[in-house]
Amino acid sequence: MSTIALLAITGIGLGGLYFLVAAGLALIFGLMRVLNFAHGAFLLLGGYFGWLLGAHLFGGAVTITNLQFVSVLIVATLTGAVLGTLTELVLIRPLYRREIAQVLVTVGLTLVIGALVIGIWGADPKPFPTPAWVHHTTRVLGATVPNSRFLLIGAALVVLIALQLFLRHTRYGLIVRAGVENRTMVSAMGIDVRRAFTLVFALGGAIAGLGGALAGVYFGAVSPDLGTVLLIDAFIVVVIGGLGSISGAALAALAVGLLQQFANYYVVGVGDLAIVLLLVVVLLIRPRGMLGAAT
Amino acid sequence: MLVLALVVVLALVPFLNLPTAGLLPDRLNAPGSLQLLGLCLVFGALAMTYDLLFGFTGMLSFGHALFFAAGSYTFAIAVNILHLSGPMALGLTLLVALLLPLVIGAISLRTSGIAFAMVTLAFAQASAVIVGQDPWHATGGELGLGVVYARLPEFLVGVVNTRYLYWISLGLLIIVAGVVWWVSGSVTGRVWQAIRENEQRVQILGLRPYTFKLLAFVTASFLAALCGIAYVLLVGGTNPAIISAQFTLTLLVMVVLGGAGTRWGALVGGVVYTFLDQRLVTVAGSQAMAALPAPLRVPLSQPLFILGIIFILVILFRPAGIVSLFRPTVGRRRRWPLRSRQARR
Amino acid sequence: MSGAALLHVRDVHVQLGGSHILQGVDFDVPVLGVTALLGRNGAGKTTTLRASLGIVPRTGSVSFDGTPLNGLPTFRIILHGIGYVPEDRDVFAGLTVAENLRLAERHAVPPRYDFVFDLFPDLKSRRRQLAGTLSGGQQQMLSIARALLNPARLLLVDEPTKGLSPRLVTETVAALARIAEDVPVLLVEQNLGAVRRLANHAVVMAEGRVVHAGPAGDLLADTDLTRRLLGVSCSHGVPA
Repeated sequence: MSTIALLAITGIGLGGLYFLVAAGLALIFGLMRVLNFAHGAFLLLGGYFGWLLGAHLFGGAVTITNLQFVSVLIVATLTGAVLGTLTELVLIRPLYRREIAQVLVTVGLTLVIGALVIGIWGADPKPFPTPAWVHHTTRVLGATVPNSRFLLIGAALVVLIALQLFLRHTRYGLIVRAGVENRTMVSAMGIDVRRAFTLVFALGGAIAGLGGALAGVYFGAVSPDLGTVLLIDAFIVVVIGGLGSISGAALAALAVGLLQQFANYYVVGVGDLAIVLLLVVVLLIRPRGMLGAAT
Repeated sequence: MLVLALVVVLALVPFLNLPTAGLLPDRLNAPGSLQLLGLCLVFGALAMTYDLLFGFTGMLSFGHALFFAAGSYTFAIAVNILHLSGPMALGLTLLVALLLPLVIGAISLRTSGIAFAMVTLAFAQASAVIVGQDPWHATGGELGLGVVYARLPEFLVGVVNTRYLYWISLGLLIIVAGVVWWVSGSVTGRVWQAIRENEQRVQILGLRPYTFKLLAFVTASFLAALCGIAYVLLVGGTNPAIISAQFTLTLLVMVVLGGAGTRWGALVGGVVYTFLDQRLVTVAGSQAMAALPAPLRVPLSQPLFILGIIFILVILFRPAGIVSLFRPTVGRRRRWPLRSRQARR
Repeated sequence: MSGAALLHVRDVHVQLGGSHILQGVDFDVPVLGVTALLGRNGAGKTTTLRASLGIVPRTGSVSFDGTPLNGLPTFRIILHGIGYVPEDRDVFAGLTVAENLRLAERHAVPPRYDFVFDLFPDLKSRRRQLAGTLSGGQQQMLSIARALLNPARLLLVDEPTKGLSPRLVTETVAALARIAEDVPVLLVEQNLGAVRRLANHAVVMAEGRVVHAGPAGDLLADTDLTRRLLGVSCSHGVPA
């Protein structure tokens, strides 16, 4: 029982991390039909800027106060937001209506940022600053669960709820939802849909940046390959959930996180294989994913 | 005629004891230089095979690296673990090179577009996981496999024989280029291009796109596996990097850099990319570089940074790739290999 | 065509997926009444509307009330005061009726909810319903309402009666007739009964060009001409 509880909570926590990466991907793809390969780079820089703040301002301490930790998270989020905005304005917008070129340019950006991170900070993992309580454990149903799991679950829930509120109750949320269905018709109602493009890149980048910092918490460190590793998992999550669907991404992230944890427990190292298999099966049965819109 | 002359010159390279002014690691026919040139030729050929899928047929696969790696790993395993002789290992590898894409293609092609890209990515990813974790102690895990040379013919062994490996690479390139030229000019090749432009129209003509796409998939993958064999001989082993999703992205970068769907483009892109990737490291370590201030030195010492920037510039300003620099009309026509189906929405 | 023209379309060409769909389209939409854009399937009527709005890339020139629209993005063209009711209605199926309408609201322009709910009372009672669950006729009403929520100086309507039952065709035509009292309309329509009821002017297209333009009454009165240009006799399919 305690093992199952531990696996379940860790799986949900991991799912939370996947969701933070996948949410932005799903939004961007839904609205713009662009698979954003630079999303891993947003996450990577978010994580590194968070680490940088800890390393320079807080004297390189690995254990920081709650207030300092919040500022680390804010810096990571802002880094992602700025990077996402710049990416859309400088690289994506000039390639309007050329979706394949837009995908390719994000591939190029990933190469550039990945190389820069290695060039500047080296290939070694950097220990990520956290408050002490994050490394403590809490007993749930007989299991000893590291608090970082709860942090991830909480962050993912907050983001999920905030995103749903944004999509349901704001004008731009309305524009994004309409644009996911039919971009052309949104323009034909007199709305500059390109502003929504910038917005989803900023928003997706912000969430990915936050995800980068939280990945640093979860893995205990940030390293140059963090973006790529999580990006592939997030792609799988987005595709399983149905491209463009936030709730689909949340469900799929949960399923993938849990499946990976449990598969890895019963047969060591089989977790990655299991989610890939899940992806293939879902795609062959429902090519548009679990909650994908039938466009 | 020009092509023939080029082939002759390339074939003569191992006899040309010329200085290379620092472009290559050593004099032109030194083993180090020949190995680098061979690598350029192999990746040039590999990029052409990817272009057959992406540039000609409009299929965006994220799993092409799998088939290249399948060629490398099958050959290495056949020699090292199954203790087969050279020809037997070759035969086994060719069989795998044919059957694996047939099975994976038949499944993946039930989807199309982004879903197809993701299924191929999934297959490659699953294989990468297996290769990395090495449950059957065959792939060497994270370290890869070094080929046991004792079982191979003598002329393939040793630094002094690098020129034979170079010639094998050149021969591979000629075979791949020959097949690509022939098949892309054939009726089948024209159907592939028609599928790229408008799959529905092909269907209306009474042809089954599935069959043609599978044919393109198997052809490209089989040729990629051949490249994998040449690679394993040239480098002397395998490593899990060649099966990663990253590596498929590298192929995509090569093809687009050179110019997708233009035959020459992918070859040029593959050669240029490989050359820069290998040689920029040396530039990074040079004294001139050490004298630069850090904000310039740090990014410029990363080959992938420079390649990434070049790649982005090409997409923004030269969408038809490097080869369009020499044929300006191609550049202006802005021919994109994949027409997005959502473009009308 | 005499009188002041509201929309000028001159030498418009469109190439899509390798085919030359519009091959130099010229016509005017006058400031008053309904102009029907007619022609057989594939003549290029819908593409003409989409090209005028910048939805598909085009060459040539389009001007609206003296303002050139060339090179403007779609949303700017619409903001000049054009309402667009697309083919197949294209309402946002996953949004409610109210949300579909709210999307049309504009900054600093009071939305004319009273006007559109007066026109289509059905929509008012179905505000909370998802647009995707509306019937075809109701979706058509919503699509028109959406285009009229802001004061429009020209309405482009693409096949509003397509796929509707005869009763709903009559209702839609009646609504359009009321609208046309205030706003000039460019109407793509296959149903000649509806054209007869609504249109003052007719522009006929064939194979990507305009082949006839003139008063609608004259065209419909000339059975031979109608049959030659549209391939139907004008008594066919008239519900009213």
